[in-house]
Amino acid sequence: MEKIRVALIGNPNVGKSQIFNNLTGGKAHVGNWPGKTVEKKEGTCVHKGAEMHITDLPGTYSLTAHSIDELIARNYIVEEKPDIVIDIVDASNLERNLYLTLQLLELEANIVIALNKWDVAKDLGYEINVEELSKLLGVPVVPTIATKNIGMEELKNAVIGAAKAKEKRRELIISYGKPFDDIILKIASIVQKDKELSGKYPVRWLAIKLLEADEEVLKLIDRSLCKEEVMRQLSEAKKILEEDMETALAEKRYTIIGEVILPKVLIGAKPLTLTDMLDKAFLSKHLGIAIFLALWWALFRFTFDVSRPFSDLIGMLFSKLGEIASTCISNPQLASFIADGIFGGLGAVLTFLPPIFFLFLGLALLEDSGYLARAAFVMDRIMYKLGLHGRSFIPMLIGFGCNVPAVMATRTIDKEEDRILTTLVNPLMSCSARLPIYVLISSALLGSYAAAGVYSMYVLGIVLAILMALLFRRTIPYFKGKPSPLILELPLYAIPTVKSTLIHMWERGRLFLRKAGTIIFLGIIAVWFLSNYPWEAVHQGDKVMLENSYLAILGKFIEPVLHPLSFNWMAAAALLFGFIAKEIVVGTFATFFGLREEAGRELSEALRSAGVFTPVTGLAFMAFSLIYTPCIATVGVIYKETGSWKWTIFTVSYELILAYVVALMIVTFGRLIGFA
Amino acid sequence: MAETIPLAMLQENCEAIVVEINGGMGLTRRLAEMGFTNGTRVKVLHSSPPGPILVMVRGSRIALGRGLAMKIFVNPVEGS
Repeated sequence: MEKIRVALIGNPNVGKSQIFNNLTGGKAHVGNWPGKTVEKKEGTCVHKGAEMHITDLPGTYSLTAHSIDELIARNYIVEEKPDIVIDIVDASNLERNLYLTLQLLELEANIVIALNKWDVAKDLGYEINVEELSKLLGVPVVPTIATKNIGMEELKNAVIGAAKAKEKRRELIISYGKPFDDIILKIASIVQKDKELSGKYPVRWLAIKLLEADEEVLKLIDRSLCKEEVMRQLSEAKKILEEDMETALAEKRYTIIGEVILPKVLIGAKPLTLTDMLDKAFLSKHLGIAIFLALWWALFRFTFDVSRPFSDLIGMLFSKLGEIASTCISNPQLASFIADGIFGGLGAVLTFLPPIFFLFLGLALLEDSGYLARAAFVMDRIMYKLGLHGRSFIPMLIGFGCNVPAVMATRTIDKEEDRILTTLVNPLMSCSARLPIYVLISSALLGSYAAAGVYSMYVLGIVLAILMALLFRRTIPYFKGKPSPLILELPLYAIPTVKSTLIHMWERGRLFLRKAGTIIFLGIIAVWFLSNYPWEAVHQGDKVMLENSYLAILGKFIEPVLHPLSFNWMAAAALLFGFIAKEIVVGTFATFFGLREEAGRELSEALRSAGVFTPVTGLAFMAFSLIYTPCIATVGVIYKETGSWKWTIFTVSYELILAYVVALMIVTFGRLIGFA
Repeated sequence: MAETIPLAMLQENCEAIVVEINGGMGLTRRLAEMGFTNGTRVKVLHSSPPGPILVMVRGSRIALGRGLAMKIFVNPVEGS
């Protein structure tokens, strides 16, 4: 079968992933670009006896060397030389979209244009002369409506046609006028002499990029024999031209689009659209924030309330399976391993799935409708002051529910520094798993101040997150400087399609299951082992003597470290357990007192009468539980999202230190004002 | 000829021509790619100081941080 390698490229918000899904039937292989944290999607499509291997390139406005996304896209086209590049152009926004098209033509890619959102353009009153556009650019142009799966057959036909006609394709020279054209020609003729370079790269493109002082291309020339001659030519050119050629040529490209192309292909006026009317409300200073908070609240409730029955069902199913296993298997060690280790572990992983699926369903709806960009607009000013990006706000809020999907949601932040900073402080947002700890301790020890104690933990988390963000921004060279200023396109509002929303949700959920899931699962097996062995010492007859387990030994081992905080070995062991999932802290205390986790009141009593904590150390323990290391699931997902052990370990360490410092401050201050 | 002012100072629904972008190399380039080049006609769709500003440029709606919009200088178009 004939194989055609196809790359998909386009501006953000043009419907690229919908076209990818339409072409591949939604079956994508999702991975990362080598050495990068940027997602890479690949899929296949068989059409008329040809097998198209489709690679989705990052959405980008341009092909300079300034951002990872742009470099990935352009290196793929230059180095991998795909047979066809499908350039997805938003028909309702030709002017800006054609800018990327011009750059692709300079790269001498074999382009097929998908003129997407054809229906939106019609609604806005635009009329586009497709034949004329195709003639002017010298490439096939196919109108498409990806949301309704219209134009896909024609697009596939065009791809096969263009792949066959490869050699006959006429090369379009984009004229930049005098004096640019002459200079470009001169540099190109010099570069032409280097056979290695000119064999691999389009020489005219090299010349333009040299003139623009493109770092990557300058590096290429650095190794070339023609370096001196090129540099001489460049410094001569600099004498006649303005300083910043990249900006000057960007201007020229827009002039070509605005004065040469558009007048021949586009007719239409711009009436006041629905988008402008909606924006009046969604972007307004006070109402906008109110709407944002309301929508976030809805998303939050949707994620955690709607998913709770599903999570409970999964939890019940696995504990039932565990019970069945333990009654069917006679060997107690094996039974415990299967029931508590395997089924307990699987259950713990899978109960995370419903909130993640529902969260991404909600986020996909907000994003595909065009609202998410508005949320960034509304929150930009406050977040900017805090050293974060406008888009950091949503992940922070989601963190109150669960930090795992919250960290995953940082993907909507485009600059890596801003994304990582948001990830680092995210675990300080007090997730719902920490609530049972606060409730247990404060009801046991704080008396009528219990509710205030719980509430203060949430406030503490927020304050610390803000302080840490400011601190990291100031002190860590990687984050130095201000957050990148907001430059964000607000797309037209649209009604999300069921299919693309569901695919979006499924891709994220599956990724969590595969990557973070294995870490949580292994972690739980490890805790099962630590809390059940040495077997004979722990299981004496019908009694479970947890204080003889390796975990208790570990707890006693680290007790001296926690001694200044007045935490005993039980507290230490509970905290160790809490690393697996914070809610286990409560369960651990329950096991120590021989109670079931559900026995809330009795447990409070037991905790108080045993004198594990005083009100002050109890508060310190709550603060410690809030801050110290994120649970293993969050650690797993932080590693997955940052792609770096360095940042993962950094997060765990700074939080451990911070937890210690804060808890020590609470205890010391408590003593100073006279509490024991 | 109208006075040159920062884009951030332009009133809502007013149009102007970009005359200078004073944001350092990186930002100037990034803005140029998004369509903010000298001579471009822009329209302020939404502006609520001190928050960001929403500008229509070359058919797309671009949100800009206020600080950034202070670095883009424009000549207001009379009567708009």
